[in-house]
This record gives sequence, structure tokens and C-alpha cells, in this order.
Amino acid sequence: MNAVATSCFHCGLPVPAGSSWSVNVADVSRPMCCPGCEAVAQTIVDNGLSNYYLTRDGFSATADREALVPAELRLYDTPEVLGQFAEQSGDDGELSEATFSVDGIRCAACVWLIERQLVRVHGVQAVNLNVATERLHVRWQNENCKPSDILKAVREVGYVAYPFDAVRHGEQLRRAGKTLFRQLFIAGLSMMQVMMYAVPVYMATDGTMDADMETLMRWASLFLTLPAVSYSALPFFKGAWSNLKSRALGMDVPVALGIAAAFAGSTVATFTGKGDVYFDSVTMFIFLLLCSRYLELVARRKAASALEKLQHALPASASRMPGFPSDRTTEVVPAAQLCEGDMVLVKPGEAIAADCVIVEGSTAIDLSLLTGESNPQRKLVGEALPGGAINATQAIVVRITKLARESALSTLVKLIERAGQAKPQLSQWADKVAAWFVGALLLFAVVVFGVWQWHDPSRAWPIAIAVLVVSCPCALSLATPSALAAATDRLVRQGVLVVQPHVLETLHRTTHVIFDKTGTLTLGKPALRNIATFGTVPGTWCLHAAAALEATSAHPLAQAIIDAARHPRAGSGSAAATEIVYAAGQGIEGIIEGVRYRLGSAAFVGEIALVPVPEAEDAGLTPVYFGTAGAWLARFDLADMLRPDAREVVAHFQQNGKKVILLSGDQDGVTQRVARELGIVSAHGEYLPDQKLDFVQDLQAAGAVVAMVGDGINDAAVLRAADVSFAMGGGAALAQTHADTVLLSSRLALIAEADQVAAKTMSVIRQNLGWATLYNAIAIPAAALGLLNPWLSGIGMSLSSAIVVINALRLRRIPRANRTLPNAAPHAASSIAA
Amino acid sequence: MEALYLLIPLSIGVVFIAIWIFFRASDGGQFDDLVGPAMRILQDDDRVQGSDLSDTTSKDDEKKH
Repeated sequence: MNAVATSCFHCGLPVPAGSSWSVNVADVSRPMCCPGCEAVAQTIVDNGLSNYYLTRDGFSATADREALVPAELRLYDTPEVLGQFAEQSGDDGELSEATFSVDGIRCAACVWLIERQLVRVHGVQAVNLNVATERLHVRWQNENCKPSDILKAVREVGYVAYPFDAVRHGEQLRRAGKTLFRQLFIAGLSMMQVMMYAVPVYMATDGTMDADMETLMRWASLFLTLPAVSYSALPFFKGAWSNLKSRALGMDVPVALGIAAAFAGSTVATFTGKGDVYFDSVTMFIFLLLCSRYLELVARRKAASALEKLQHALPASASRMPGFPSDRTTEVVPAAQLCEGDMVLVKPGEAIAADCVIVEGSTAIDLSLLTGESNPQRKLVGEALPGGAINATQAIVVRITKLARESALSTLVKLIERAGQAKPQLSQWADKVAAWFVGALLLFAVVVFGVWQWHDPSRAWPIAIAVLVVSCPCALSLATPSALAAATDRLVRQGVLVVQPHVLETLHRTTHVIFDKTGTLTLGKPALRNIATFGTVPGTWCLHAAAALEATSAHPLAQAIIDAARHPRAGSGSAAATEIVYAAGQGIEGIIEGVRYRLGSAAFVGEIALVPVPEAEDAGLTPVYFGTAGAWLARFDLADMLRPDAREVVAHFQQNGKKVILLSGDQDGVTQRVARELGIVSAHGEYLPDQKLDFVQDLQAAGAVVAMVGDGINDAAVLRAADVSFAMGGGAALAQTHADTVLLSSRLALIAEADQVAAKTMSVIRQNLGWATLYNAIAIPAAALGLLNPWLSGIGMSLSSAIVVINALRLRRIPRANRTLPNAAPHAASSIAA
Repeated sequence: MEALYLLIPLSIGVVFIAIWIFFRASDGGQFDDLVGPAMRILQDDDRVQGSDLSDTTSKDDEKKH
């Protein structure tokens, strides 16, 4: 093994000291950071695809071993589910075709690897990966291959794929994007050509260009502007028309009016041969406006597809209880397979798969997604529940009364719509201001026209057009949306999904940042912190013995001890335990090498140790005692591990003058200890969900703007109450549906990142608005006084818009220092800190 | 300079032909993936074990559009 190298050859994360995971790639043993990466790398090498490592230009995503091949993948093979996403083709329907979404494509080598890997799968006929949309199109023979084989093959090389239903979701957005792209292209082409004829006219000194030539150029410009006005500008005319129909003065009205006025004026000038032409301004104006629209659409499409990935990582499933009530075993079935009369177990936090009636248990049901009702509703046995609602508190057993399809779907569609549709407040404000600006401007243009009519009638019409063209509120209308779209797009690429549009502006104003503890600042699962030994027996032996006792236990504390014993730092050692007896809620007993040992609570171990506990427990740690007859041997201190980037995030907000508060439902001692470690001054433990809510509302009543970062079912209400909220991507589904922002990876540092982007976005918007105001303040009076000739006003208008768009585009760039892999979850660091 | 009287109208024709070509290409899916082809060209062995991948997929695309 290569002892010098310290980072994983596959994913680039640091390799834990003393570990021995490695894979032979090109005859050299390469270190691996975890069994997941090892398995993926081994598959790649075994399939003869090690070329991947030679040509890739970045590290791969860390492979989570548990995520490699979940059993639920088989749900895709059932005809009900298959029919939802695959299409039968071929002569006798022996072929199937389907589109899949793939995550984590980073470079050319990824494309190569996925396509090669799939071609090897027996029965796959054709593979095509669209990198821009991250869609994978596969055609396969039904006889030899199943969808789960395809998904498994993709997962084996470290990527996550899932079926994508194009008809149901992105199709409309995709078509809109394609149309907009065409309109943009035509506008650009038209703009460049028109410019070719406009520039010579501007450049020519008096008398060098004869009148015939100038007329010819004007006619040429007119023809070239036609496609831009009649095709590319359609969205503005349509928008203006619907604005006028609803009697509102939106942004599209002046835009359409400006285009129409300038084009009509120029056309008249071309026919009569008198006056100025503005064809170059018209085309450039259309092109720049479409640029910002296209950018916005791309950002929205990315957000929608990321959200959809989150929701569709696995098929909607349900836990059916075929033997209820005599037998309580459950089986996981696709929601589509549920029939009327099936008994289904719904755990807290789970969505209800279909319309049903409660048979056992009572609970509170969250209907907010379906009806907008914010308070969970109390439901008892015999009451009907709608599919798509979320079970908030207790596990219940229900009887299905209707088929699943509609309900689950409506939830999803609602969510995706929410991600894209609503307009941010700031944008609304800009629109409102622009509407007033437009009204005032139209009035002003009329006044200017009247004044010149009286003063010098021949110049009245050109000057009125010049006022309209030069002031086109383009810069003003572009300032906010282009900046917000660029920032949203960048955040999605980094793994922060902005669901609610107000996030960026609110986050910037935030005064208090409240963190939940379990699962947010910490990883949400215990890990061994410390071993205290009370005798001569070495701690490592105790650890291995304890692990042997716990070997078959699924308890989270047991799992932490087993993980710790497996870790290379614990050294080698093995023990076998026999005659294992569980004492529920107390501990475990067994015989190792002929001696009876007990592991568990102080009272349980004390029963055989018979002497008092030797040391006081440290509050905030969960102790597990280990002892034998007449002697205490060791105490294992377990605690929830902090996320590796928690400290950095807390420090970031504190440095920016925001108050960081820790609110937790956990014991106060534990909460205070975590707060001390992170340098959080204000920490409150043992807060019930209601108290958390009150706390946040009290702060808000005192004028604070609260950001809440949470995870878990009991945070849902607080997340909604807070001014801006974040949910961890791994958290319960319920929390995500209430959060304004979802972190797609488990990197907490993304919140700090989002905060920085928010601050930058606000400053870009301010710059843009400032520039637009300054420009208009100078240009409009100049145009009204007749000081601007057409080329000056055209260039001024174009330049002012271009500056605004380019300034906004700066936000899209991710600084090199922050360009970390979004999928590189810090799970490697979670293993131990003993 | 007389040539310009011919060339300028001609250029308009060329632009409209370009627009027509662009629409055809767009309908044919040429602009659906602007990122992937640049990545694929870097790989040497485009064909794997007799299965002609690029051919089947492009035919497939044409059928769809």
C-alpha cells in the first residue's frame, strides 16, 4: 500500500490513518478512503474501464456504500411502475425505451464511463447521454434486461440514476427553453447584420456616402430587423397584451411600446427618406432582453430538475401489511401497486400514498401542501385522509380506499411549480417602480413632442422617439431579475436549491440565525468519543469485546461501538461472544472466552459488578458501561458527532454580525456542550416544537429577521415561521417541503456560501439600479433637448443594458477556492474521533 | 462601389438562408446538447466490442424528431 499518499484516489477525500482500503489501478495500488469508493473503483477496474482514471480531470463523487444498490430499485421492475416511465418499442414490443436522470456528471471521462458501463449490460441496445440536461436515454430488450439492472450498473460506477418521466415534468419547460433559444439566436443574428449596415452610416463623414447608398442600407436594415421584431420580440408583445388586458402597467408594456415605436418610426423614415432610423437599437434591445430571459429560464429549469431529483430519488413506495391484523410484518411495494382495501403502515414524516381511512392509531396530519392549511389536523380512527398529506406525529395503520396515482402526483407538481413561479419581492418592487417610471416617461414623451411641435415641428417626431428609445427602461427592468437568476443558477450548481424566490434578499437582511442541533450541526448519529478504563484491561480489548457482544444488534449506540471497533485506529483484535441475552432498554449480556460480561446502563452492569460506579458521568455524553462479575472494566462515552464544517459556518455568521442561536429539543446539558464547542453564546435545550415556534415568533415580534436551519419532523413549523429557512437534504421529507431552501448535499458550509452569494447579489442589484438611474437621469434630458443623434442614443441604450447583464453574470462564477465537490459528503470524517 | 448595390441585397438573402438552416438544425436536435460532444471527442475508442454506439443513437435521434 502506498503509505505516502493521503487522499483517496477515487474521490479525493483524506484517507483515514491506518486504513487499508485500496484498489489496483494500472498495476499500482491506490489508496481508497472508504469501502464505498473501494467497491466502485474495483468495479471500474474489473470491467476494463480503468481508462476513466487516466482521462478524468477531477475527482469523482464519494461513493456511499449503503447507497450503492438499495433494494427498492427492484420496485422499478414491476409492470405498474415500468409502464409509468418506459415506452414499448420494436416489432413485438420486445424492446423498451426510457429516459433516466443522472447525477454528478463532471467531465468527459464521466460520459465515457457511464456509456461504456451500460453497453456492457446484457440486453442493452443503445445508450445516449445528454450532458447538458443530464439525461440518459437507454433502449433495452425486455427479455434480457430490467430497469433495475441498468440503474444498478450506473450505481456500481458511482453515479446515481433514476427514471425520468419526460411527459409529466420537464417537457413544457424544455420546449419553452428551445423556443426562447431560437428567438435569442434570431435576434442575435439580426442584430449583428443590422449593425453591419448601421456602422458605416455612423462612421461616414458628411458627403462621402451618397443618398442612394444610405437608402439602400436603410432598406437592408429594415428587412433584417423584420425577423427580430416579428419572431424574437413575440414574448414582449404577448406579455404587453396580457398586461393591458388585465389593466396593469407591467414591464412588458414599455418594452413592447419602445420596440414598436422605434420600429414604426424607423420604417416610416425609411419609406419617406426623412428622419432617423433606429433599427440597430431595436435589434440590440431585443437581443439583450432575451439574453436575460434565457438566463432566468435556464436557472429555473435547473432548480426544478434538482428538486425533482430530490423527490424522485426512489419510487413512491408504501409499507403494505398483508397479514394485518394477525401478522404485523410489512413489505415495501410501489405506491402504484396499492389496491383498494390494502392495509398500509404510515410512519411519522411519511407521505400518505393514497386516499385512505385510519384503521388503527390517531395522529396529526399535515395538509399544508394540499390545502394550504398550516396547522396539523387531528385525525382519529375511522376518519378519511387524502393521499399526498403527511403524517406528522404517530405511526398509523390505514385502509386504502382509492388508487394512488393522482394524489402523489399532485403533491410533486405543486412543489415544482413553487420552485419556479413566484416572483421575488424585490423583483415585484422593481416592476412596480418601473411601471411608474413608464407612466411618467410616456407622459414626458408626449409633453416633449408637444413642445417641439410648437417650437420646430420637423424635429418633434424623431425627438419623441429618441426619448423613448434612449430611456427604454431596459436597464431598470434587467437589473434585478438578471442578478437573481445568475445567483440562483450558481447556487444550484453548488448544491443549494432555492425553492422560494425571496431567499436571497431576506437572507441578506437576516439578524438572527437559529440552528437546530441534531442532524443539522451534528450528524445525527452517535459516535464513540472516549473510552475510560477502570482496571488493568486495555481499552482496545474492551472495545473489541463490546463490539462482539453487540455484533447482531441494530441499536444506534451498538452500531457506533461496532463502527469504532472496525476503525483501523482501534487496532486489530477479535473476540467471539456466545449465549448473548438482550435486556430491552438496559443492555446486553454474553460470554466471551468463558467469562460473563455485561454492556449497558450503569444499573444493568452494576447488578453484577456489585460495587459503586467509579467515576462521575460527564453531562452531554451518553455513557455505556462495560463490566464483569465483581468489576467495572470500562465506560464508553458516546456523543453525536459535530459536522466537520459546523464551526466554520457558525464563525462565518458571527463575523458578519449576525446572532447565532442554538435551539434543540435535546437535553440541555448536551445542547450547552455543543454550543460551547462551536462558540455559540446563546443556546437553549429541551425546547418542544411549540416553544421553538414561540421563541422564533418572539424574536420576530422584537423586529428580528430570523433564518432557521433545521432538519427533522419537529422543525417543520419553525421552518415555516422563520423569515428564511434551510433544510438539510438528508432530512425528513416534511422539513424540506416547508423550507425555503434545500441543501442538496450534507455540507453545512453551503449555508455560509449562500449567505455570501446573497450579499454579493444585493450589491450587484444596487450597482445595477444605481447605474440605470444615473444613466436615465443624464440621457433623458439630453434626448428631450434634441442633443442626441440616433447612433448616440442607440449605443447609450445598448451599453446601459449590456453593462447591467454583464455585471449580473459575474455572480455565476464560482470562485476557485469554493469549488469543492457538492457530493463529497463528509461522511468519511464521521467515523470516529476517539 | 457599384458592386455594393448587388452585394447588400445578396447579403440579406444569405441571412435568410442562414435562418432557414438554423431552424432545420434546431428541429433536428443539433442544439439539444451543447456540452457533451466537446467531451466525447476527447475519447479515442468510440466503439466498444462491435456495438456501434454512435450510429444507433444518432439514428434513434432522427427518428424521434
